[in-house]
Amino acid sequence: MTLMNPLVRPVITDDDGRSEDEKLVTFEARVAAGEKIEPTDWMPDRYRQQLIRMVQNHGNSEIVGALPEREWIPHAPTFKRKLALTAKVQDEVGHAQLLYRVVETLGKPREVIIEELLNGTAKYSNVFNYPPETWADVGIIAWLIDAAAIIRQMLLREGSYGPYSRALKRICYEESFHLKHGHDICVTLATGTQFQRDMLQDALNRWWNPIVGFFGPPDRASVHTDELMRWRVKLKTNDAIRQQFFDQYVPRIWELGLSIPDPELRKDDESGRWLYTEPDWEEFKRVIKGHGPCNAERIAVRRLAHEEGEWVRRALAAAANDQAVPVQ
Amino acid sequence: MDSDTQWVTWEVLHQEKRGDPHVHVGSVHAPNAEMALILAKEQFARRQKCVNLWVVPTVAIVSMPYDDADIFEAGTDKSYREAWGYKVRERVRAARELDRLDPKEDDAGE
Repeated sequence: MTLMNPLVRPVITDDDGRSEDEKLVTFEARVAAGEKIEPTDWMPDRYRQQLIRMVQNHGNSEIVGALPEREWIPHAPTFKRKLALTAKVQDEVGHAQLLYRVVETLGKPREVIIEELLNGTAKYSNVFNYPPETWADVGIIAWLIDAAAIIRQMLLREGSYGPYSRALKRICYEESFHLKHGHDICVTLATGTQFQRDMLQDALNRWWNPIVGFFGPPDRASVHTDELMRWRVKLKTNDAIRQQFFDQYVPRIWELGLSIPDPELRKDDESGRWLYTEPDWEEFKRVIKGHGPCNAERIAVRRLAHEEGEWVRRALAAAANDQAVPVQ
Repeated sequence: MDSDTQWVTWEVLHQEKRGDPHVHVGSVHAPNAEMALILAKEQFARRQKCVNLWVVPTVAIVSMPYDDADIFEAGTDKSYREAWGYKVRERVRAARELDRLDPKEDDAGE
């Protein structure tokens, strides 16, 4: 019997005499049968690289996404809102920890993940490069961006990589509170004074385009989609998820008496698809490349937190040399 | 008998289906990891469906004392951090009945 640690990728077990093509056939058959792939299993290199890219991006988005919301904790209008927002920020940072662990099972060390975020080479969700200007922004972000994230993550939960799939179960559970809390903030403002309603409408006007862009570029611009769908790294195309979001949330936004700032937005009766104005994808690319309104600030705050946390890492390293022995 | 002649114990974690979490099901005595896996298979995977087993030396496990269980209790009401703590649909319905919302009619609407 071969003994192995189930979480550490063995170096030699891949060498079982089968060709790469034969391994790929087995791999694809397993994925097609709905089986999960575990860290010790053989996987195509493109599968590994794509998952690293995607899960690392997801983890970074949880960390960076907590930054704009955290700015509002001292300014929350009631004590209950302050507690809820603090809890949400805490959840998001916890999600990043779960996701970074998943990336580590794919062979990329945590130090490298952290360094890539600090030096600005790593990507995260573009939507977090925009500023939250008013309290209404906090509601719109928690309601609609978390809704968008939940739709995507509920699909990814059914994906083929075991550790990611299991982490997403817990993440989706916690995100459901974020969404409810955000919706609750929006309902309060929508049923409030004229000033509050205007503030909510203004927030939606500024966030709508980044939210539509949240699902990524249109399918016609994606090259590897077929392979990623076959490997269950992607479960639906960007456009299909965007349509699902419109189906679920446009009626709920209208229900609050809000206007969506897109004159083209309507559901086409014949095709059953939503027609809408494409976000400016050139701007999207520009912001991803680091030229958005808040990119530099987000990374600077992250770097400051990292530097100020240095003493904690030192204290933990000292504790590691001072291992406690369990009581027998 | 004043000495324990048994082998050390190993805790057994059982996975029913690929992708599921491994669940603790019991323990076995064994002289080494390989024998622990063999015995775990005989004991815990005879009938129940199983695709994978983990064994961990019992001494490697560190537990919190049950006396500390109160640290898991919330000292105050934490419903603000639960989805069920918000009754948003009810609020929207109530606001509509009171005509506090002003839905924009749209020809593509529901």
